[in-house]
This record gives sequence, structure tokens and C-alpha cells, in this order.
Amino acid sequence: MAQETDKQPGILRSLDWWTIGIYLALLVFGWISVCGASYTYGETDIFSLSTRSGMQVVWIGTSLMLGFIILMLDDRFYDTFAYVIYGLFMVLLFLTIFNPHEIKGSRSWLVLGPLRLQPAEFAKFATALALAKLMSTYGFTMHQLKHFMAACALVFLPVLLIIGQRETGSALVYLSFFLMFYREGMPGSILFTGVAMVVYFVVGIKYEQVFLWDTPTSVGKFVVLLLVQIFSAGMIYVYCHDRDKALRIIGISLGVTLLSLLFSEFVIRFDIVWIQLCICAALIGYLTFQGLSTRLINYMLTALFAVGSIIFFYSADYVLNDVMEPHQRVRINVLLGLDEDLAGAGYNVHQSEIAIGSGGLQGKGFLNGTQTKLKFVPEQDTDFIFCTVGEEEGFLGSAGVLLLFLALILRLIHLAERQPFKFGRVYGYCVLSVFLFHVFINVGMVLGLTPVIGIPLPFFSYGGSSLWGFTILLFIFLRIDAGRNLVRT
Amino acid sequence: MKDYNLENRKLVIGGIATVIVVIYILRLFTIQLLSDDYRKSADSNAFLKQVEFPSRGVIRDRNGKLLVYNQPAYDIMVVMNEEKGHLDTLDFCETLGITKDYFIKRMNDIKDRNKNPGYSRFTQQLFMSQIDDKDFSVFQEKMFRFPGFSIQRRTIRQYEYPYGAHVLGDVGEVSQADIDEDSYYQPGDYIGKLGVERSYEKDLRGEKGVKILLRDAHGRIQGKYQHGKYDRRPVAGKDLTLGLDIRLQALGERMLEGKIGAIVAIEPSTGQVLCMVSSPSYDPRLLEGKLRNKYHRALSKNVWKPLLNRAIMGQYPPGSTFKTAQGLTFLTEGIINTHTQYPCHHGFSYKGLHVGCHGHPSPLAIIPAISTSCNGFFCWGLYHMFANRMKYPKVQIAMNTWRDYMVSMGFGYKLGIDLPGEKRGLIPNAAFYDKAYHGSWNGLTVISIAIGQGEVNLTPLQIANLASTIANRGYYYIPHVVKDVKGGSIDKKYYQRHYTKAAPWAYNVIVAGMRSSAMGGTCKHFSTLNFPACGKTGTAQNRGQDHSVCMAFAPMDKPKIALAVYVENGGFGADFAVPMATVLMDQYINGKLSPARAREADELQKRRIAYGSRNR
Repeated sequence: MAQETDKQPGILRSLDWWTIGIYLALLVFGWISVCGASYTYGETDIFSLSTRSGMQVVWIGTSLMLGFIILMLDDRFYDTFAYVIYGLFMVLLFLTIFNPHEIKGSRSWLVLGPLRLQPAEFAKFATALALAKLMSTYGFTMHQLKHFMAACALVFLPVLLIIGQRETGSALVYLSFFLMFYREGMPGSILFTGVAMVVYFVVGIKYEQVFLWDTPTSVGKFVVLLLVQIFSAGMIYVYCHDRDKALRIIGISLGVTLLSLLFSEFVIRFDIVWIQLCICAALIGYLTFQGLSTRLINYMLTALFAVGSIIFFYSADYVLNDVMEPHQRVRINVLLGLDEDLAGAGYNVHQSEIAIGSGGLQGKGFLNGTQTKLKFVPEQDTDFIFCTVGEEEGFLGSAGVLLLFLALILRLIHLAERQPFKFGRVYGYCVLSVFLFHVFINVGMVLGLTPVIGIPLPFFSYGGSSLWGFTILLFIFLRIDAGRNLVRT
Repeated sequence: MKDYNLENRKLVIGGIATVIVVIYILRLFTIQLLSDDYRKSADSNAFLKQVEFPSRGVIRDRNGKLLVYNQPAYDIMVVMNEEKGHLDTLDFCETLGITKDYFIKRMNDIKDRNKNPGYSRFTQQLFMSQIDDKDFSVFQEKMFRFPGFSIQRRTIRQYEYPYGAHVLGDVGEVSQADIDEDSYYQPGDYIGKLGVERSYEKDLRGEKGVKILLRDAHGRIQGKYQHGKYDRRPVAGKDLTLGLDIRLQALGERMLEGKIGAIVAIEPSTGQVLCMVSSPSYDPRLLEGKLRNKYHRALSKNVWKPLLNRAIMGQYPPGSTFKTAQGLTFLTEGIINTHTQYPCHHGFSYKGLHVGCHGHPSPLAIIPAISTSCNGFFCWGLYHMFANRMKYPKVQIAMNTWRDYMVSMGFGYKLGIDLPGEKRGLIPNAAFYDKAYHGSWNGLTVISIAIGQGEVNLTPLQIANLASTIANRGYYYIPHVVKDVKGGSIDKKYYQRHYTKAAPWAYNVIVAGMRSSAMGGTCKHFSTLNFPACGKTGTAQNRGQDHSVCMAFAPMDKPKIALAVYVENGGFGADFAVPMATVLMDQYINGKLSPARAREADELQKRRIAYGSRNR
């Protein structure tokens, strides 16, 4: 008990005030934006509880109280009860699936009198705690498939439950934990493969109907198949440390491509995609042969990557055109710039770009934005809140907000890396990965760069659940970090 | 892999975060700082600029009589969201006198965003424009039964008299070219199309006012932007007073009825145009309101070209009226003096060339030559001028000297009247003939220019201006139809005297000749006037029947009016042009016509010239 008393001043001293400062700055900026976004003409009292801005004050106040309470708890509490908390929230998520209240096609909202809570927002910190607990157990290593699968299971359980609530956007956030996995030893090739798949998808679909000069060659297919060859060569160089083979592959691939291009252009027009498929087949055969003869697993994996890439690309094409619902297809087409559907799916993004673009350097000033004030941008105080920042605070304000977020993430990386225990580090990376994902998707969609996935911008979007959720997520880490120097008994 | 190796992955993760933020900031940079389109889109989204139209300036004649004014007209507007199909269509259509099919078509057109790009369910859309008073009052009484429909006031131009169409002009909807040229105009605005409505458009139109209202995503009005800080009140257009005397104009138009021709009268002491008639004409009221397009199309297809303002666009041989300008040139250049006599035995005959003339005493000096309109005298004059190698080393120099005299009298170039479409006429120069005759020509070759034939072409306005110059004894003011712009000013150039190259004493000789013509020569009909008038007839040859021309001014001293009358295919000058000039001068100087003179005017009005079915 004597320890308890001298711990309190220790916390204040070892608390990371930089993070708290950034957090408070974001809260203030966020509140200003909610005022701007929810303001209606004729209203003057932005503090009135009947307005969104007034209610946001309440959410901010309660968040600060929550943060304070979290800091007061013993840091070992989270370690000890990690699985319990995770279990409780999984049950809650499961029950939410059967929640009778449907809001905008989603069942993720629990209605308790005047309060509406979204358990998915809170399940993030629970999942992060459970992951930290699992991965900090003695002997856990990402290189053991069993361990890796266990960690993946912890992530995918809430994902499935949240998809069950028809809240796909929030479910995707959990994929951000893979960034933490990468830090903890997951092979970079998995991350790279993920990125490569996205590139195939975007390039392949976007340029599928574009033809190379006037040949029947689809530019999309042609480029994707060429990329498969180049990526494979790159992987040979990185993972098999064989520069000669990599160069040979690149040389043959580009040489044959060039020859067939010239042939198609000047002799007989034909679909070069067939040539590309032949090169890929030859490449896969060659890699398999190398794998068998040298007994190096990396050759086999590279061959697998090439095969997987081609299968993925052709099946994505099939899924997009034959499996997806029309409205989903429209969303993807709008995002890729294939459809200019300004009145339908593209409306939100188009209007939000107008709002941001009209802000100029200094913005129109607090409460002076017309685009957001006059409700041209839908969801403007929740998912599209960044528009208000762009319109009223201009380039300086919106770039400033992005830099604040970057500062927060870099600071969190620094804090995570200084943790003496793996538990704290894993949890820290979970937190920063979640923030990074939210900022990446949310700001990206407002700027028309990423798909429209309805997830909030941390500390900005209106709403108690998300604000409380992010505050808890962040402050648990701050509490863990504050206890880093204490000698445990 | 070892743990320290993994620790380096923090750099990868930090790098990813940094790259994302940098890309986003670059994107912000491009849309916020590099492009202005977004701001414009936001403004057009949010701001409903409600235009307040100013009243257009009215137009009065020189005596203050109202010629053109504004009449209220009413547009029927509809807000689709309020209409919602509750309408008793039958009652509605009966009230406005339209068919149900028209109603359905109109409603569909309004909703069609291709035809009506600014459509919103929540804002007023134009259903029908320019409803007249009668329909308006019936509609207003029943309006409570037609939900969503309302009335907006506008004005249309109204003309007091059926005269002066070419001078007054008209207003019509702006063309795309007008919009491209001046950003003041928006589609659907009105602009002066012809006459002073066009040339004084900027004075007449005033300044549009604007109310900037804020509109939300549903098109609902949310109030004034910045409490009306950027709103502008409309500024009414400036009123014009013309130099035109509407009674003179009416008289001129009446007398030219059924004939092709033009009359221009100028006040010599100011250059103000007292009347400008071009025939055939049309009633300016045809081109007002919603039927403008229909009538404009009909008028522009008419083979008689009623839209052509022949007074400034018609280019005619001036005939013998041009002899006055020749006399002035020869006297000033010293080719002749007042005593120089030339022979004329039924014309000019020299080296096998013959220019005919009518019977009169021979030889004769300049004053009787003007009075009797002798062709021979002026042909000799020109011949002697062009053959004078002492004074002009080459015929080209003589030619260009002559040309300079003509240009100084306002010929060959646009005078610069304040009406659109003026033509310059044609005064040939040496280069013109060098090209036409490959350098081989002399005074004889071009002799017919001495009597206002051949290559010479003038507009009736230029002939009237010649009369004005002679009345002023040597100078003119550029003719202009607008006398005064209320709260503004007319162009300074209209206050400047333009002196000709001819000497003032030469003018006195010509005036004496013209007075002599009025007393006993070709214009002797002027002797019936109770004031001394001077005149010169013209009988301009052309492919068909001769044109009847007369140029006159009165009184001889301190002239108040100078005019030119040109009647196509009217025969001798004395047949049509002289009596018309007599009536017009009588009207203007005396302010009214005696019963006998009024009868004369009526007779002139009734006389017709057979032009055939398709004249030019």
C-alpha cells in the first residue's frame, strides 16, 4: 500500500505530455470543426445542448474524465484483465448483431435511452489488449504458424462479428493490426503482397477497357502481367539474393514484350496479353524448376506469388463484373474515375472536394463555410468532417491537422519503441496503426483518393462512441507508458 | 531474424505514415491552391444571385415627346415542389389561353435538365413570359387556385409612334456572341439590337442589381449572404433625347410610303439628325415582346429588305447633287472662277466622247450651271483640272487632289453617325483607276464622276451632310441622332467642326447657284415656300429608271435644316424628291403645313412607283 501513495506523483512526471498536448489540440480543432459543420443559419448559441456542437462539448468533457480515470488505474490492470475485457466485448458485439435498432442499414448502434453507443468502437482497444497479452506471452513468435494464426484469430473474430452488424467500414479497421504484426516479425512479403494486390486491382480494372494504340491488347491486363514479372524478379533479388537471375528475368521479359509490341504494331495486330501469359507461364515454370533443384523455399514462394497474382487478378475481374452488387460496382468505378456519377455515388466525394478546394490558402473563416453550412456535403459533421476543416481553415488549417496527426503517430512509434515489455510495445503499435488507418481512409476518401468507407476521423467526427473509443485506446497506452520505469515487485 | 533487425521496421512504419501525410498535403495543395474551379463551384452551389433588373432609359424626340418607354409585362413562374400535380389543369389552361398539350410540354421542358440546366424543384422557374395586362389580371385573381404558380414583373419596350423604326431600333434577347463579348449579359437578358437601342446600349441599360442569397443543397433560401453586404441596387438606365423631330419623321415616312428610298434631314448648326427615313420601313411595335422573333424572321426574309436602313446603308450614285462638290473643288483649286464659261450644246462632246445634257443657253458660268444642272460645264471643269499639267504633273496627282477634296467633305469614309451599320460609300482614287485601266487613263476616261455617276457612290446621309456643309459655308458637324444623354454625355466628336478643303468664298458661289435653282432652275418648286430655300436636284442614272434626288437647305442665311431626299427609280429630281423636300422644309421651318401643302403631302404619299415584283 505504501507503493500506491508514491506512485501518483510518479505518473504525472513520467506521463508523456507531448502526446497529451497533441491530443488536446486535436480535440479543440475537432470541436471547432463540429461547430462549423453542424451550424445552421439563425442559430447563435453553439454551446446549447440542443445543438451538435453543444453535445460535442459534453462528449469532450466526459472523454477527459474517462482519460483521467484510466490514468488513475494501475497499469497492471490492463495486462491482467486483457482477455476478460476482450471476452466481454466479443459477447457484446455478438449480442449487437441481434439488436433491433437499425440506423442507416446498420445494426451496430446500441440504443440506451438518450445514448447511442457503437460497441465496435470500443472493441478496438479490447482487441489491442488481447493481442498485446497474447503476443507478450513467453515463447510467442510470429514465425510459428500456430502462433501467427492465433493472433490472426483474435483479429478476425471481431471482424466477423462487426460484419454481422453490417458495418463493413468499422470491420476493415481491424486489418490495421497487420501493421503491428509486421513490426512484430510478420514477413514483409505479406504486406507487400497485399499492396501488390491493390495495385493489380486498381490498374487492371481502371485500364481494362483501354487499348494499346489500336491493337486489341487491353492495357490493364498487359500492365498487370508485366508487373507480375517485374515483382517476381524483384522478389528473387531480395529474398534469394540472386542478382543475375533477377536481371535475366527482367531482360527476357522486357525483351520479348518489346519484340511482340513491334511485331503487333508493324506486322500483324494481335493481342499481346497472350504473349504476356506465355512469359508468365515460362517464368513460373522456371521458378518451380529452380526451387526443386536448389531446394530453396523462396523460389517456390515467388512462383506461388506469381501464380497467386494472376489468379487474383482474373478472379477480381470476375468478382467485380459478375458477383458484386451493382451499387458496389458503381462505388468502385467512381473511385477509379471510370464513372463520373456526380449526382449519385460520386456526389459526396465531388461535393467534399468542392468544399475543400474552395477553402484556398487561409480558408473562409470560422462558421463562414458555405458548402458545409448549406448541407451540400452529406455526413459533414461525422465522416466528412475534414471538409469543414478544409473549407473554413483552408490549406494552412487542413495541412496543419494532417501534420498534427503525423506528429501523434510518430510520437506513438517513439513511445512504443521505448517500452521495456513487449506488452506495451504491441499495444502501442496497435494504437498507432488504428489511428493511421483511420486518418488514411477518412481523409483519403474526403480527398477522393480512397474508397468511401464510413469510418470517423479520430477526435474530429461528431459522436460520443468514437471519441470515447479513441480516448480509451490512447489513454490506456499512455498509462502503460507512464508505468514503464517502475520497478515491479 | 534478430530483434534489432525488427526494430528498424519502425522506420518503415513511420515512413508509411509520413508518405501518406505528404501525399495528402500535396493533394490539398493542388485542389486548394492550384485550382480556382472548386471555389467557383462552391459559390455557384451556395449563392443564388437574384438579379434585379433596372428600368431601361426612355427615348424622347427633340421636342420632348416620348417615343420609347417601358411597359410592365408579367412572367408566370412555377415552383415544381409546390405544384406537385394538385393543379386543375383545365382551369389553368383556359385562364392563360393555352392548350393542355402545351402545358404538359412546358412542364416537361422545365424539368428537363438538358434544356433547363439550372433547374431545381425548390426554386422559381419560368413557365410563360410576357403575359399581357388582360391575362395578368385574370390570372392574378385565380392565382390562389394554382399552387406553386406566381407572377414576376418585368418590362418590355413600348413605342408611342409607328415611326422611326430604323433610328430607334429594338431590343431582343442577347445572342451567344453578345454574351461572349460582354460578361455583363446573362442568357435571357435583353440587349439593343438595332438603332440607338444598340449604339447607346450602355447608357440605356443601366446597371443590374444583385441580391446574393444563400441556398442550401435542396435549393431552399437560407437568407442573405453576409446580411446583404455584397448586394447591389439596380441603377436605372439613362434617358435619351434625340435630335429627331417625330412630326418631320412621320411626314417623311408617309411620303415615302410605297417607294424605295431614304430621307435624311440635319440641323446644320449642330449636326443633329432631324429625321431619318428609310423606305420600306416597318412598325417598330412589331419587334417588341414575345412575337419579336416571329416578325423579325418575316422582316428579314422580305425581298424589299425593310430592315435595311437605306439612309446610312444604301450606297447610291449622287447624280447632279454632286456637282456642287465639283464646283467647290474647281473654284478653290483655281481651275475656274465665277466668270469662267464652258460651252454645252446638248452635252459635253470631246474627242468622240459625248455626255448628254438638256437644252439651256450656252456657254454658261458656274451659277447658271448649278441652277440648270448643266452636265457639260462640270465635265469641262473636271477635264481641265485633270489635264492641267502645270498644276498637277501627273493625272494621278490631280485625281488624288480631287479625292482629298471629296474626303474632306465627308465622302468615301463613314461619317461616324451614332447608329450601327453605316456604310462608307465610294470615292475612287488614282490607284483605283490605275488598277481598273492598267495605268492607262485620263480625265476623259473618268469624266462621269464630275456629274456624280460612274464609280462614285454616296449614302443619303453623306448627301444630306453635303447640304449641311454648304449651308454652313464650309464645315460640318458629324451627324448624330442623339442630342442629349440625361446624366451622361454624347461623344465629344459630335461637337467638333470639320472644315472642308474648299474655300468659304467658293461656298457663297455654290449657295448662289442653289438659290438660283430654287428660284427658277430645277428646284423652282421651292419658290412656293415663304422662306428662301436653296436646292440642287439630281437625276441619277442606273440600270433601271433614274433615281430622283434632291438636296436642299433653308433658310438661305442662318439655315435651320439641310436635307437629302433619295427616291429610287423616281425619275427626274423634280418628280418626287423636290416636292418632298419642299413639304419637309415647310413643316420644319413653319412647324405645321398649310392645307394646300398637306394635300400635296397626301398626294405624294399616294403616288406609287412600279418596281416589279422582285427588286434587288
